[in-house]
Amino acid sequence: MNEDPLWQIFLNSCLVNNFVLAYFLGVCPFLGVSAKLGTASRMGAAVTFVMVVSSMCAFGINALLTAMDAPYLRLISFIAVIASTVQLVEMFIKKMSPALFRALGIFLPLITTNCAILGVALFQTNKGYGFLQSIVYALGAGMGFTLALILMAGLRE
Amino acid sequence: MTTKVQHHTTSTDEFLKGVWKQNPVFVQVLGMCPVLAVTNTAVNALAMGLATAFVLVMSNLVVSSARHVIPKQVRIVSYIMIIATFVTVVDYLIQAISLDLHKALGAFISLIVVNCLILGRAEAFASKNGLGRSLLDGLGMGVGFTLALLCLGGVREILGSGSLFGVSLFGSSFQAWVVMVLPPGGFFTLAGWLLFFNWRAQVKARRESSNAKEAQA
Repeated sequence: MNEDPLWQIFLNSCLVNNFVLAYFLGVCPFLGVSAKLGTASRMGAAVTFVMVVSSMCAFGINALLTAMDAPYLRLISFIAVIASTVQLVEMFIKKMSPALFRALGIFLPLITTNCAILGVALFQTNKGYGFLQSIVYALGAGMGFTLALILMAGLRE
Repeated sequence: MTTKVQHHTTSTDEFLKGVWKQNPVFVQVLGMCPVLAVTNTAVNALAMGLATAFVLVMSNLVVSSARHVIPKQVRIVSYIMIIATFVTVVDYLIQAISLDLHKALGAFISLIVVNCLILGRAEAFASKNGLGRSLLDGLGMGVGFTLALLCLGGVREILGSGSLFGVSLFGSSFQAWVVMVLPPGGFFTLAGWLLFFNWRAQVKARRESSNAKEAQA
C-alpha cells in the first residue's frame, strides 16, 4: 500500500506530472476543443467528472478482480466502466444544456477514448493507492487537464 | 484474366496506402499519444510499433469476420472489447519476452486500447470490408505506424544520446542534446517530420500542375 500524503498526490497529478504536458495523455481533445475558453472549461469539467467516477469504480473493480485472482480482466472491465460513465455524462449534458452538447460535438463520446482517463485508472492501480488517495489522484489529474486546456484555449483565443 | 490483375493491383494499393499515402501518423495525424510519449529511444519505438501493429491486424480480422453479427447500436463497445482482449494478450506477451522492455513502456502498452488509430480502422474500414482486404489494411497501417515511430525514435535517440539501438555513434566527445529525449523533444521532432511531409506534398502538387500546363501547351 502506498503511503503518500493526499496533498502531495494532488500536487503531483495536477502540476508536476500533468497528464497532458508531461505524459502526453489526452492530446486529441486537448488540440480539438481548445479553440474557445468556455467550451474548454466545460470539457475539462466533464472529463474531470468522468475521471473521478471511473477512478472510484476502477478501485472497486480492482479489489474484486484481485480477490477473484483474475488480473487479466482488468483492462476490459476498466474500459467498460469508462464507456458507461461517458454515456451517462452524455445523456446528462444533452438533457441539461443542448447548446453545450452541440458545442462539444463528436468530442463528447470520444472522452471514452481519452487516454488520460484510462491512464488515471491504470496508474492508480500500479501505484497501489487506497480509495481516498485514488479519488484525490483522479481529481488532481482532472484539474491538471482542465488547467492545460484553459491555458491552451486562452493562448489561442 | 483482366479482373484478376486488377484485383491484384488494388490489394497492393490497399497495403501501400497505409505505409505511405495515408500514413497514420504523418498524414492522418492519428494516435499521437504513444507517438510522442514512448519514442525517446529507437528500441522502445520499434517495440511499441510492433505491438500496435499486432493489435491492429488481429482486431481488424475479428471485426471484419464478425461484421454481420454485431448490431449497429452496440458496435463501438464491441470493437473496444475486441481491441482490449488483444491488448491484454500483447501486454502479457511483452512481459514474458522482456521484463525491462515492459517496464520502459509502462502503462503505454495498456493504453493501446485507446489509440484512436485502431478504433478508427475498425470503424472506417474493417466493419465494411472483407477478411482479406481488412488484413491488408491492418498490415499496411501497422507497418506505416511502426515506420513513423522509428523515424521519430531514431532522430530523438541520435540527437538526444548520440546512439542508435543502443550503439554509440559519435564516440565520447559528442555533446548530447538532452532536451530531445525529454518531452519537449517529442514535439520538436514531430513538428520537423510533419514539416518535411507537407513540404514534399506541396512540391509534388506544384510539379503535377506544371506538368499539366506543359501538356496543355
